[in-house]
Amino acid sequence: MIDTEDHPLLRAQALTKWYGRQLGCRDISFDLYPGEVMAVVGESGSGKTTLLQLLSAQLAPTAGRVLYRMRDGIMRDLASVGEAERRFLFRTDWGYVHQEPALGLRIAVSGGANVGERLMAVGWRHYGRIRAAAKDWFDRVEIASDRIDDPPATYSGGMRQRLQIARNLVTNPRLVFMDEPTGGLDVSVQARLLDLIRGLVGELRLAAIIVTHDLAVARMLSHRIIVMKDGAAVESGLTDQVLEDPREPYTQLLVSSILPA
Amino acid sequence: MNEAAYNFAYLDEQTKRMIRRAILKAIAVPGYQVPFASREMPMPYGWGTGGVQVTASILGPDDILKVIDQGSDDTTNAVSIRKFFVKTAGVRTTTTTADATVIQTRHRIPETALHEGQILVFQVPIPEPLRFLEPRETETRRMHALQEYGLMHVKLYEDISRHGEIATSYAYPVKVDGRYVMDPSPTPKFDNPKMNDCPALQLFGAGREKRIYAIPPYTQVVSLDFEDHPFVPYRFNGTCALCRATDSYLDEVITDDHGSRMFVCSDTDHCAMRRAQGHGLDPEPTR
Repeated sequence: MIDTEDHPLLRAQALTKWYGRQLGCRDISFDLYPGEVMAVVGESGSGKTTLLQLLSAQLAPTAGRVLYRMRDGIMRDLASVGEAERRFLFRTDWGYVHQEPALGLRIAVSGGANVGERLMAVGWRHYGRIRAAAKDWFDRVEIASDRIDDPPATYSGGMRQRLQIARNLVTNPRLVFMDEPTGGLDVSVQARLLDLIRGLVGELRLAAIIVTHDLAVARMLSHRIIVMKDGAAVESGLTDQVLEDPREPYTQLLVSSILPA
Repeated sequence: MNEAAYNFAYLDEQTKRMIRRAILKAIAVPGYQVPFASREMPMPYGWGTGGVQVTASILGPDDILKVIDQGSDDTTNAVSIRKFFVKTAGVRTTTTTADATVIQTRHRIPETALHEGQILVFQVPIPEPLRFLEPRETETRRMHALQEYGLMHVKLYEDISRHGEIATSYAYPVKVDGRYVMDPSPTPKFDNPKMNDCPALQLFGAGREKRIYAIPPYTQVVSLDFEDHPFVPYRFNGTCALCRATDSYLDEVITDDHGSRMFVCSDTDHCAMRRAQGHGLDPEPTR
């Protein structure tokens, strides 16, 4: 673990995705460093989710590549990583928070088992310890621990999203992908969730890539920002800089379209 | 008896070859579910069409067949299948475990220890142990291929969190030869330890789901568990009312509508043998 802080964790190089004749995204490049939070913003259909799926190796790019620094410190092309290893990466070193919690949770098994699943997948075989870890994460994401044996089908929307976050973070991942993590939640629940994510990201020194159409979310959570339009990155830079002083006409439009608080 | 309209043991020779190939592959890869072209059999799904096809494919004229249904030699399913093979193959049958060369079973392993050269054929309703946690077949196959078995423990975790112990009492998942997680068909978990290092060959046939899998002789079979909640075989804490056995798997028999009940051995052959040896002399009927 020699000066890994100075090397990028994830490196996207000229990522392009065509769905037949339909463009997903075009020529996206950036480096993400450990502990860094990057927001991808843009309107619906601008290629944000495509980009996220390319980065998390759920889709194969038409051109370009994604490099990821494994825990042994070696930078590897995700296309060359075998399926078994990729799935292992997904369960341990990465997290993926879906907009719709039902996609990221096992809705029929208890909340505790949802959190414990990744631990059992990496070989934990001690019920007491798995349960203690689950309880600990329930506390950290502020879900009452007496709900630990209830299935998430009985949880509220905000609780499900918290549970999804706990389930992803239990194996101490280094990188978390979030697809509209606060979409579909009401404003006060959203605010508490954002607060929670910001706290956890800082505390655990997580790198995160957050896709959102909500500039307030980007402003609150991210260090850097990429603005996408029609599959291309039109502007990128430090979040404050881009949002305070947008250079591109599209970004200016986006920023000015926020209703004043 | 062996009517001209049937080939030996009902199935035609091409079908038997196909099933034998699947069986050989299953033996070569212990615990792996091999797909096969399951045929329509002259009995409904759920009556053991998978087990019957496996038995039909391995049966020879010199074999001695025993068929049990929940340990019993004389219940409908066992009697029907035994008669089926008497009619179509003309093989000798027995109820004595030690004498049989092929034993087809619905959910029990006989109490009498099996020996080399015997084949135990299980009837399997749902071969996929991960099915109720992961409904997609494509996904469960991938999970088997990559040995992603964490989900199996999620099921056991749920059991403990709900009931305080692993309450799964049948179809208890096992790991075969350190590789594949397997559903041992709905055998009571009391029988799981008998699968480990067993001298007999164990074959599993699922007719509706079109899968065959196997445990070769002397193969390691481990029941999954947690370090702090180890696997415990379950049996009623009682004594067989007929043969006074205290170590066999017991069935509970309700004897009237006032709560009276008795326990008897589920394995009728074992029970009869013990009584013939004089273990149940002073009859102690109901309690």
